[in-house]
Amino acid sequence: MSTYLDTELLRFTTAGSVDDGKSTLIGRLLFDTKSIFEDQLDQVKKSSDRKGLAEADLSLLTDGLKDEREQGITIDVAYRYFATPKRKFIIADTPGHIQYTRNMVTGASTANCALILIDARHGVVEQTCRHAIIASLLQIPHLIICINKMDLVDYQEDAFQKIKKDFESFSSKLDVTDIRFIPISALNGDNVVNRSEKMTWYEGSTLLYTLENLHIGSDYNHIDCRFPVQTVIRPKKEPYHDFRGYAGRIAGGVFKPGDEITVLPSGFTSKIKSIETFDGSLKEAFAPMSVTMQLTDDLDVSRGDMLVRSNNQPELNQDIEIMVCWLHNQAPHPRSKYIIKHTTSEAKAIIKNVRYLLDVNTLHRNIENRNIGMNDVARIQLRTTKPLLTDAYRKNRTTGSIILIDESTHETLAAGMII
Amino acid sequence: MSNYNLKHLDELESESIFVLREVFAQFENPCILFSGGKDSIVVTHLAKKAFHPAKIPFPLVHIDTGHNFPETMAFRDKIVADLEVRLIVGLVQESINSGRSKEEPGKNPSRNALQTNTLLDTIELHQFDACIGGARRDEEKARSKERFFSHRDEFGQWNPKNQRPELWNIFNGKHHKGEHFRVFPLSNWTEIDVWQYILMESIQIPSLYFAHKREVIRRNDSWLPVSEYVQLNEKEIPLQKKIRFRTLGDITITGGNESDADTLEKIVNEVAVSRQTERGNREDDKRSETSMEDRKKQGYF
Repeated sequence: MSTYLDTELLRFTTAGSVDDGKSTLIGRLLFDTKSIFEDQLDQVKKSSDRKGLAEADLSLLTDGLKDEREQGITIDVAYRYFATPKRKFIIADTPGHIQYTRNMVTGASTANCALILIDARHGVVEQTCRHAIIASLLQIPHLIICINKMDLVDYQEDAFQKIKKDFESFSSKLDVTDIRFIPISALNGDNVVNRSEKMTWYEGSTLLYTLENLHIGSDYNHIDCRFPVQTVIRPKKEPYHDFRGYAGRIAGGVFKPGDEITVLPSGFTSKIKSIETFDGSLKEAFAPMSVTMQLTDDLDVSRGDMLVRSNNQPELNQDIEIMVCWLHNQAPHPRSKYIIKHTTSEAKAIIKNVRYLLDVNTLHRNIENRNIGMNDVARIQLRTTKPLLTDAYRKNRTTGSIILIDESTHETLAAGMII
Repeated sequence: MSNYNLKHLDELESESIFVLREVFAQFENPCILFSGGKDSIVVTHLAKKAFHPAKIPFPLVHIDTGHNFPETMAFRDKIVADLEVRLIVGLVQESINSGRSKEEPGKNPSRNALQTNTLLDTIELHQFDACIGGARRDEEKARSKERFFSHRDEFGQWNPKNQRPELWNIFNGKHHKGEHFRVFPLSNWTEIDVWQYILMESIQIPSLYFAHKREVIRRNDSWLPVSEYVQLNEKEIPLQKKIRFRTLGDITITGGNESDADTLEKIVNEVAVSRQTERGNREDDKRSETSMEDRKKQGYF
C-alpha cells in the first residue's frame, strides 16, 4: 500500500460536562490546530448573537442536534476530526453524566486514548472516577488526565500535585498502565497546543504533543492470530474460475502465506496459499487490515468461522462470563432470549446468572441488588445456543466483545466484554 | 515506529471495506446511492476493492433531479460501463408528473428537497434493505452523530434521538420487512482524506472538480453556473470565471469557487489550506440552521 502520507490515526474519547471545560478544550484543540472553518465560526457567532451572548460561544461548535442546542447539553456521541502533520485524530465526544454511561461506553469502545478532565478547583470528584473506571473497563490503553482551569488556582504546582496524588491513590485499583497528567487552561490555551509560560515548573509535554507521540503501535494484538471470516468471494469468471477467497478484517496477529492454520469451529487444518487485496498479494497482513485469504485446501469455510494459527487458538465456549453495560431502557428479563453478535458470528443467548452490579463511581460490587437497568454495569453469565470462539477482552478487544440484540424489536440492548 | 502500524488512509480504507463487506453479508438487497460526486465515487471505488476479484455486488442508484451537470451524467454512464454494474435511475420529474411531488413555487425552484420522495419511492419499488451512501460525519453537525449503520423506519425516517448504539466494529443491521438502513462507510473520513485518497489511488472524477472556465453569476456569495434551469434577474450579469466545484449537487444549487487548481495535487493543497467548509457553497444547507437535520429526518440522503 501507499506511503504517500506518513500520518497515523489516533482515536480518543473525551467525557465530561459543560462545567469542566470539555467543550472549551475541544474547541481549543480544533481552533489552535486550525481545524475550524470561517463559515462554521460565522454560524456560531450568529447563534451566540441570537442567544444574546457578548462573545462567540465556542462550545456551540460541538453541539449537534436541535434538542442539544436548545438545551445546551450533549446527548449522543458526536465524532469530530482534526489533523496535524503527524497524526489524524478522531474524537468521540461523549456526555459525562451518569445517565449517559451508555454513550461513554460507546465512545470508549474504539478509543486508543481517553482524556479525562478535572477542574483544578474541585479536584477528583465522582465523575472523574466514573470516567476512569469506564476507560479501564473498556481497556483504553492510554489515559491522559487534564487538570484544567489552572488559571483559576494561580497556576500553582501544589494544586496540580495534590490532584495527581489523589488520582493515583484511586487509580491503583484500575487496570490501566499508561496514565499521564497535564496541567492546562483550556480557556487560555496553556499546555494545550502551546507550552504555558505561567507553569515553568511543569516539565512534561503539552496535550497536543502527547497525543501526537503516544505509542499506539502495540494497541492492536499482533501476537494471537485471529481472522473472522466475513464473507466468501467467488468471482466465477475468467481468469478467476478457481478463486475462492475468504474476506475479513484481521482481528489479531500477523498472517503470512505458508502459515499453517486451523479453521474453527470445524477444526480442519490447511495452509495460507495467498493473502490477496485489490492492490496485489501481500507478504504479511496484520490487524486491522481488510484482506482476502486463499487456502491450499478446498474446505467448507463460511461467515462466522475463524482462521487461527494451529498452536494458538481461542476458547470454544457456550458459557460466557462477561461484564455487561446495559444500553436500553428495556431491562433484561430472566428467561428472555437475545440475539448475540460476536465478531462475524451470531447465536442466541440467555442470561443465566447475574453475579453482581458494579458501581461505576466506586468499583463496589453490589450483590444485594442484582436488577439490571439502563446504564448499569454488571457481571453476568451467558449461555449461548452454539459455542463462540472467544478471547478475553483484555487480550483482544475484537474477539473479546459482544452485543445483545432484542429478538423482536431488533434494538441493541447491551454491550459486553468477555472476562 | 513499529512495522505493524497502518497509515491513516490505509486504516480508513480497511474500516470502509469491512463495513461494505458487512453490508453484503447482513442484507439481502443493498444498493449504492450514486450521485456522481466525489464521495459516492470513492465509496464505489472501495466497493470494487472490497469484493475484488469479483464484481461489485450492488447496483448503483442515481436519484436524478433533471437539473444535472452534463459532465456528471457522462461520468456516471462511463463508470457504470467500466464496472459492469447495474444502474437504477429514480427520476424526480416522474414524481412531479405523477403528482407525488410538487415543484417549489417561485422563480428559482430547487429540486433538492424533492429528491427525498423519489429516493424513498425508488427504495420501496426495488425493496432495497440497505442503501450505501457517501456521507461523512465531518460534513455537517447533524451528520456528526450518524451511525455507520443508520436505521430507517418503514416511512424511511431517521430518529436521531433513538439511534442504536454502535460499539467496537459490531454492526447491528437487523430490520423488519419494509424498514431499511442507510450505511455510511466514509463516516470517519474528512474532506481532505477523500482528496488525498483520490490522489493516492488515482481515482477518476468528473472534470467539474478541476478549475475550468465557465459562465457564472454571483449569487449568495458564490459563483453559480449559468444553465437553462437558472433564471437571472436584471442585476445578475453572466461572467466568465475560472472556477472549480468542491461538491457536486444539483446545477441550480451548487456554487463554485474561483480557483486555479487544475490537477489533483493542486486541489489537495487548496483544500488543505481552505478556510471555508465545502458545504458553504451549497444553497440547500443555507436555508436554516437545522436544514440538514430536518431533511435527514424525512429520509434525505
